[in-house]
Amino acid sequence: MGANPKLDPIRGEGSGNGSRPQPSYKVIGTRPIRPDGVDKVTGRALYGADVRFPDLLHGKVLRSPHARARIRSIDTSQAEALPGVKAVVTGADLPTAEDRFEDLGEGGINLRYLSENVLAHGRVLYHGHPVAAVAAVSPHIAEEALSLIQVDYEVLPPVMTLEEAMAEDAPILLEELRTDEMGERGNRPTNVAAHFRYELGNVEEGFAQADLVVEREFRTQTVHQGYIEPQMATALYDQDGQITIWTSTQGSFSVRSQVAEILQIPVSRIRVVPMEIGGGFGGKITVYLEPVAVLLSRKAGYRPVKLVMSRAEVLMATGPTSGSRIRMKMGATRDGRIVAAEAELVYEAGAFPGSPVGSGAVVLLAPYNIPNVRIDGYDVVVNRPRASAYRAPGGTNAAFASESVVDELARKLGLDPLEFRLKNGAKEGDRMANGLPHPKIGYLETVEAIRNSEHYNAPLEGRGRGRGRGVASGYWGNWGGKSSATAVLNADGTVTLNEASTDIGGTRASIAMQFAESLGIPYEKVKIRVVDTDCVSYNDVTGGSRTTFGTGLAAYELGQKMKAAMIQRLADIWGVSPEEVVYEEMVFSAGENRVTFDEAAKLIERRSTPVMVEAEVYGKKYGPAFSTQCVDVEVDVETGKVTILRYTIAQDAGKAIHPAYVEGQMQGGVAQGVGWALNEEYVYDREGHLLNASLLDYRMPTALDLPMIETLIVEVPNPGHPYGVRGVGEVNIVPPAAALANAIYDAIGVRMTELPMNPARLLEAILAKQAQESTQPA
Amino acid sequence: MPERKKRMITTTINGEEITFLCEPRQTLLEVLRDELGLTGSKEGCGNGNCGACNVLLDGVLVNACLVLAPEVEGRELVTIEGIAPGGELTLLQQKFLEHAALQCGICTPGFIVAAKALLDENPSPTEHDVRLWLAGNLCRCTGYDKIVRAVLDTAAALQAAQTTPTEVA
Amino acid sequence: MRAVDYVPVRSVEEAVAVLAEHGDRAAPLAGGTDLIAQLKEGHRSIDLIVDVKPIPELMELSYDPAAGLWIGGAVPCHRISRSQVVRRHYPALLDSTTLIGGIQIQGRASLGGNVCNASPAADSVPNLIAHSATCHVAGPQGTRTIPLEAFFVGPGQTVLRPGEFLVGFRLPVPPAHFGAAYLRFIPRNEMDIAVVGAGASVVLSPDGQTVQAARIALGAVAPTPLYVPEAGQALVGQPVTEESIARAAQIARDAARPITDMRGTVAQRKHLAGVLTARALRIAIDRARGTKTVDSLGRLNGHA
Repeated sequence: MGANPKLDPIRGEGSGNGSRPQPSYKVIGTRPIRPDGVDKVTGRALYGADVRFPDLLHGKVLRSPHARARIRSIDTSQAEALPGVKAVVTGADLPTAEDRFEDLGEGGINLRYLSENVLAHGRVLYHGHPVAAVAAVSPHIAEEALSLIQVDYEVLPPVMTLEEAMAEDAPILLEELRTDEMGERGNRPTNVAAHFRYELGNVEEGFAQADLVVEREFRTQTVHQGYIEPQMATALYDQDGQITIWTSTQGSFSVRSQVAEILQIPVSRIRVVPMEIGGGFGGKITVYLEPVAVLLSRKAGYRPVKLVMSRAEVLMATGPTSGSRIRMKMGATRDGRIVAAEAELVYEAGAFPGSPVGSGAVVLLAPYNIPNVRIDGYDVVVNRPRASAYRAPGGTNAAFASESVVDELARKLGLDPLEFRLKNGAKEGDRMANGLPHPKIGYLETVEAIRNSEHYNAPLEGRGRGRGRGVASGYWGNWGGKSSATAVLNADGTVTLNEASTDIGGTRASIAMQFAESLGIPYEKVKIRVVDTDCVSYNDVTGGSRTTFGTGLAAYELGQKMKAAMIQRLADIWGVSPEEVVYEEMVFSAGENRVTFDEAAKLIERRSTPVMVEAEVYGKKYGPAFSTQCVDVEVDVETGKVTILRYTIAQDAGKAIHPAYVEGQMQGGVAQGVGWALNEEYVYDREGHLLNASLLDYRMPTALDLPMIETLIVEVPNPGHPYGVRGVGEVNIVPPAAALANAIYDAIGVRMTELPMNPARLLEAILAKQAQESTQPA
Repeated sequence: MPERKKRMITTTINGEEITFLCEPRQTLLEVLRDELGLTGSKEGCGNGNCGACNVLLDGVLVNACLVLAPEVEGRELVTIEGIAPGGELTLLQQKFLEHAALQCGICTPGFIVAAKALLDENPSPTEHDVRLWLAGNLCRCTGYDKIVRAVLDTAAALQAAQTTPTEVA
Repeated sequence: MRAVDYVPVRSVEEAVAVLAEHGDRAAPLAGGTDLIAQLKEGHRSIDLIVDVKPIPELMELSYDPAAGLWIGGAVPCHRISRSQVVRRHYPALLDSTTLIGGIQIQGRASLGGNVCNASPAADSVPNLIAHSATCHVAGPQGTRTIPLEAFFVGPGQTVLRPGEFLVGFRLPVPPAHFGAAYLRFIPRNEMDIAVVGAGASVVLSPDGQTVQAARIALGAVAPTPLYVPEAGQALVGQPVTEESIARAAQIARDAARPITDMRGTVAQRKHLAGVLTARALRIAIDRARGTKTVDSLGRLNGHA
């Protein structure tokens, strides 16, 4: 793969120097219309729920009404007897999963828990935990059948909060769970699945050098990715044992692996057809419905079965990311050097281990070069749905804590918050808390971009009197992963590119553009398709901000290989050596011989071997991303409501392949971060029932809640990619909560340490401050 | 117990008279998607909070998930599939593409139907007008910036196209 | 959704007959934005949906300079908010019909449905009380008229007897120097249930300096929408000043007896009852004086 240096001139130049002059590109950096665009503005694009067959059955899932209970028995006989019902399945229909840890997508999980999360085995662990499923001739009949299934529960007291879970006498959710205590297995039942520590230098000595220490505790609530398309899956189990699954997922190969493991079926018998996907943000990696659809299809007499979640099911039983409690302590010298940082991060895992506390701990201090650091992380199970990845998993929680404390330090030291960041900001070679040195990064460049921005330099009227400005930064490590793809030369001079990274936000365009640039042809000549798992080799999920980087590498390589193949074919036809063939400006020539690209394609088809090339890559030289953001707010001190007046983001994209989609990622990430910061949260009652499982009461931002979001794309090329791509999807959600908290402090002098900073919480803090001030002598 | 007997409904969808069978409990959205194959209208929430199923019912913007199928007897419906009468993309659809006003695209049909209804009623909306009108349509990918720009740009282009000939004359 | 039958009815008499026959197994359908959602989510179970939209009176929106405004119970919000008469004479009604749900909810949702759903937080109610609306009800025993503030019994419960249904509302012609406003507080800027709502109307002296009459009603601070006559009474004969507004707001705040739920706390709601009452009064006063206008589409921007 990509080993031929002759084919790789641009990569050869990538010596790690970000200041090298930018090459002039023909395709990269332009804003063409995406290949799937027309279908998406006409309603013709087919998403997972749009799958139709004449003999299609509709499935529904019965979910636990209790947050924690033992299942004594399940009686499905009445449901099975209802006319129109074709199959009923329960956890008993699943094979016993292996007690083995596997990474089948983004982050690992014990297969036993993965299976238990698909259909409960003897116990339910959250409100909405699937217990049984029905396939029937209509969705309404399937729903009626659910009400005929008798489940005998022994209801147990739920464990809803971190405090309850970590209490000495806490009820134990998973009897078999033992703490992974820095690699050692604990010896008693617990709800603490893991404890780890990162340590650099000597924290005690570090704090001893500090002239100023700030310590605060922060809390964040469970939040959901909030993709607009609910989970769905359609499966057909054929009479010959071949299985086809149509679903919208971030990773078709991940779905294949998970279904294979859960149902103990070889991957070769499963074909996953990725439909258009209506948003994922990390939440469409784990399987929920796919194995159930397969079971139902087989049991219903080999008919296709479609399951589609309601919005309530989506909120109750998929997604969410962890609520958390973070204690953050930081010390700085009088001249503005951060000398020590200590933190404890405690994250909700939901019902099964696996919160993103590990990546949260890395994000926490990554923007800074701090000599003495100690971070303790805890992964704690509670009776909530199992946490899954959400855009820069764990990062927003962490940065809310660290960037709030950084802001407070800067204020107390009388330093501009951006100058303070520039003074302490991480550069290439500086070590992160996990001990790894930063590769070439563009953090300081994002801070400078904000410092030089029109926004940061514009006066804010009413500042400090209800209006305020805040800044914050964020880090995300990004990812490379594995991709494979093929490209076919067509006789009319176009190329069909087959890849398998499901396209959530325009990656077909960004991949096709890199291919076009690499082959030196216009974007319009590339027909790109996302194909199913039988068409190309393994691909990692669309996640970790990896697709434009990783599958982009494959596209680059395809372009180089196709160029070489065409040169080879033309050399054969012309009877010259390949070295004599020159390719420039879409013209191949060798001496007297001269053909355009289109003529070459036709000539090759007529007179030579067909051209199809393949690329398989494992992108390991991915480049981290940084974002620095600036926000102006107005706080209504009579109601506690925050209005965002202006928002500017500076983000290091490495190289923006399609700038409009880079801007879109920046804006979208901030919008999600704003929702998380101001209004989104899971509200449970004391019995563990989710109270706000609707888009009315799970309050994601509407168009009226946001201003235009200004974007400054910073380009410090990643030397590990021929065009310098880093990956842009995730980091933009990391800073908003802290930026808003800092802006609110700037506006009204109230330091918010709990998310969401909704009107109820903010009003309470404002009234408390007013009460305190009125009792103090003037 | 009410009968599950289906009834026959005749209505006009995207200019064509159509007769379909439905149960009274089926929503318009279910019939459009499951019975008629018009899957461009999406279900994001099923209770009127996301706008992904927006259609025009006698010219009025409504959520198809909150209309019962038998209610549309004798009415006129326009769905995303019928938003471009001649088949060519409307300017609004083109502007969505040019402005990259979609990422995953699942909310896009609802936004386009809603934005069309806005521009039909108010050809020169302000940014606030657009944001207020589109507040019933949730998008989780874009942060709305590019959607709002696409709608404003469409309005400006339509206004310019209307005023130019007069000015020339 | 459970299986259900559907019948459109074409007259008040037919509706009364069908509803009386089926009792609580039937429900009238107007815009359906509450009813259909409740049926889908299993919060409500009936056998028969009675579509009342084919009844002419239910879809009538008309104004008579003597009798005032008639709003049929099934008239959707979008028709009300686009009515020139409403824009001219009933400003609090305009406020509330432009902020119920999103535009696509307003395309269907009716005041009759919103009122009969009897949520304590219903956005249509405080404005209708401020505008002195009465409910016109038809049933097996004939028709009767009920002041809106007397229509509610508890959450989801009204004074409607079995077989009765709401035909429409009558709003009297506002006197000279009248102004009204409805404000609600929500965490977002759209698409939420009111944490607190406040409707206020005033009649000022011809010079605009003295309050001659005032009505104040609150939403989401009691088991039913709450009319606070003593708050309005406190303003009568008073000069229009911040002090008199603050006094009325304090009375409204004291009258509020909210609960804590996931949408708000007792303390927050009591506080907001005062804040919103004052703000709604200020807007109502400005409107009575003619010093504040709504935007080009007839909407009041910047509602709380």
